Amino acid sequence: MSGGVDSSTVAALLVRQGHKIVGMTMQLWNQRRLPELVPETAGHGRCCSLDDVYDARRVAEQVGIPYYVVNFEKQFEEQVVQPFVEEYLAGRTPIPCTLCNNYIKFDRFLEMADAVGAHYIATGHYARVRYDEPTGRYQLLRARDESKDQTYFLFGLTQKQLARTLFPLGEMVKTEVRELARAMDLSVADKGDSQEICFVPNGDYAAFMSAYLKDKGIAPQATRGAIVTTDGRTIGEHEGVHHFTVGQRRGLGIAAREPLYVISTDPETQRVVVGGNDDLLRGRFIARRVNWISIEGVTAPVRAQVKIRNKHAAAPATVQATADPTCVEVVFEDAQRAVTPGQGAVFYDGDLVLGGGWIG
Amino acid sequence: MQHFYFDHNATTPVAPEVLETAMSCLSQVYGNASSIHHFGQAAKQKLEAARRQVAALIHASPAEVVFTSGGTEADNLAILGVVRAPSRPQAHLITSAIEHSAVLATAAQLEREGVAVTHLPVSAAGTVNPDDLRRALRPETVLVSIMHANNELGTVQPIADIARIAHEAGVPLHVDGVQALGKIAVDVDSLAVDLYSMSGHKLYAPKGVGALYVRKGTRLAPTTFGGHHERDRRPGTENVPGIAALGAAAELAGRTLTAESERLAALRDRLEASVLDRISGAGINGARWNRTPNTSNIYFDGVDGEAMVIALDLRGFAVSTGSACSSGAITPSHVLIALGLSADRARSSLRFSLGRSNTAEQVDALADALAASVTHLRRISVHA
Repeated sequence: MSGGVDSSTVAALLVRQGHKIVGMTMQLWNQRRLPELVPETAGHGRCCSLDDVYDARRVAEQVGIPYYVVNFEKQFEEQVVQPFVEEYLAGRTPIPCTLCNNYIKFDRFLEMADAVGAHYIATGHYARVRYDEPTGRYQLLRARDESKDQTYFLFGLTQKQLARTLFPLGEMVKTEVRELARAMDLSVADKGDSQEICFVPNGDYAAFMSAYLKDKGIAPQATRGAIVTTDGRTIGEHEGVHHFTVGQRRGLGIAAREPLYVISTDPETQRVVVGGNDDLLRGRFIARRVNWISIEGVTAPVRAQVKIRNKHAAAPATVQATADPTCVEVVFEDAQRAVTPGQGAVFYDGDLVLGGGWIG
Repeated sequence: MQHFYFDHNATTPVAPEVLETAMSCLSQVYGNASSIHHFGQAAKQKLEAARRQVAALIHASPAEVVFTSGGTEADNLAILGVVRAPSRPQAHLITSAIEHSAVLATAAQLEREGVAVTHLPVSAAGTVNPDDLRRALRPETVLVSIMHANNELGTVQPIADIARIAHEAGVPLHVDGVQALGKIAVDVDSLAVDLYSMSGHKLYAPKGVGALYVRKGTRLAPTTFGGHHERDRRPGTENVPGIAALGAAAELAGRTLTAESERLAALRDRLEASVLDRISGAGINGARWNRTPNTSNIYFDGVDGEAMVIALDLRGFAVSTGSACSSGAITPSHVLIALGLSADRARSSLRFSLGRSNTAEQVDALADALAASVTHLRRISVHA
């Protein structure tokens, strides 16, 4: 229970359906840890704020369930925040939400569910799970509300995790959820949606990284470097590769006739390579550390729609095995813009999530 | 489902006779104790009767008792009041590593203001070595602040020895007595303490009331400013119903202490014997001697304490992982770490604190629930 309308509605719904429920909020990050980042006036949408815990506790009281705050700050820092920072420093663009799902929400939290004797965990994610008799597998499907679908962040879930997970909002659209929350008179019915990466205030991840590295006593490396064109001309300077992500246009500080985009970053040489829009197009890439969900794997090439970032419209492609069984090659029908190292690649067959891996 | 309470070091229920005192005061005695008239006098009488009752429990004279809003305020007033009393270019405060945050955070604030602070270590038994105090004393030391009984372990510090050493150096001693009052006999004269903090809600009185014993002649500057209440030591219109309740609770504690201590120690021993007999990889943290009769801190190797507290609560048993304010605590208990426990073992520890309502049947039921929970958690847990 994050204190938001989605997980609050889930709790209320399950109680109404007669289930025996225990409410829990995961305390993941201490906002006071990096005080320079958090303005005094910061509103909602920050993860684990006292306000959110207050809201969750109030809903638990309203629907009459036991409620606890469980502290996973240590695991969250080790398994989500540190990898997030390391990825950026290595010139990649990480997705911490996926790591959090893999290692915290559907792992450590599931252990806590076991500890208190709960059979299932239920969350406010927009996604669907179903058991498929013929294959004997738990399948993951896109949410009915496509605009809210969160399967992109759930591609790492194992069969064991899916077997124990309920997504009661998967068949509902957001407006229905809000209506239901209002109808049940939940105090959070009109609370705004959370945005961005929960532990990074205002989406300013570069400021977060600077503050975090300072807090950890890690001296900022000499990260200054050159901005070069695809044909090797140096046309400017930058403050560090972690300020850039593939496809980025703003913040280069260079006037040019044609719009310039970041094509790639190289932490070894501290170079940021820029070019025109066409330079961003890629026809194929390797997805690593693949997790299969609705199918066991690929031997022959499989037709799929592949999504390479959260806001990407999944594009038709062929997914084929490689010599390394943990990797697959994705070949798009039409080259796609900004295939970004560090992001996830999720393979869909219609609504079905076949699996996914990491662009690397 | 029935719920049983084993967390009396966090807070206690208000005793029936205490409640009666508070209620009659709330409904009938509404005067301001500073007023001249009949109504004020009635309040003043309640106030001073309570002062005599609290003084009697600790063998002090009533004029040495200052009422506060609770233990935290008493600790703040004692430490800030003594350290800031005369202004000095240099000041040094000695406390211990296992104090309550009301003392530790106050010391930290003084540190920010330029005061030097020494935190004395404790042994694996959980006690301060008086020789360490002797070595830590400096010419500029202005106060020693050591708790009487620890909230997490129940271990009782050698206060009389500590007082003697402090006084030999001409330094006053403040003792946070919040967890000792009502559990063990307290005599401020035989202990020779100069300041002693007390809390109502640990003594079967309501929250929001406490007291500080200030030995006659101790220099104490006020830390809040206003009227001339409490002999210019603590301004603000007195919380007469709360204070009267504290007085009633003090009297009740004085009357029942000997018998209740024996009863609680027997229950505590019954719990520990049962746990140690039935659960492998469990043990007592800190010394088993010289502790308050109601407190037991036990580790269960391989079990996550936080999960255990929740699992037990869902079975109807209220226990805690240490100090009550744990909902944001990632760091394991500073008290257990100071004893020399590993972070893992500290995270696997639970505090049981017994009180008036507990019975042998409840203790046996708790031991059953503990055995079942530990077995379950060890079976499913891969981390911990």
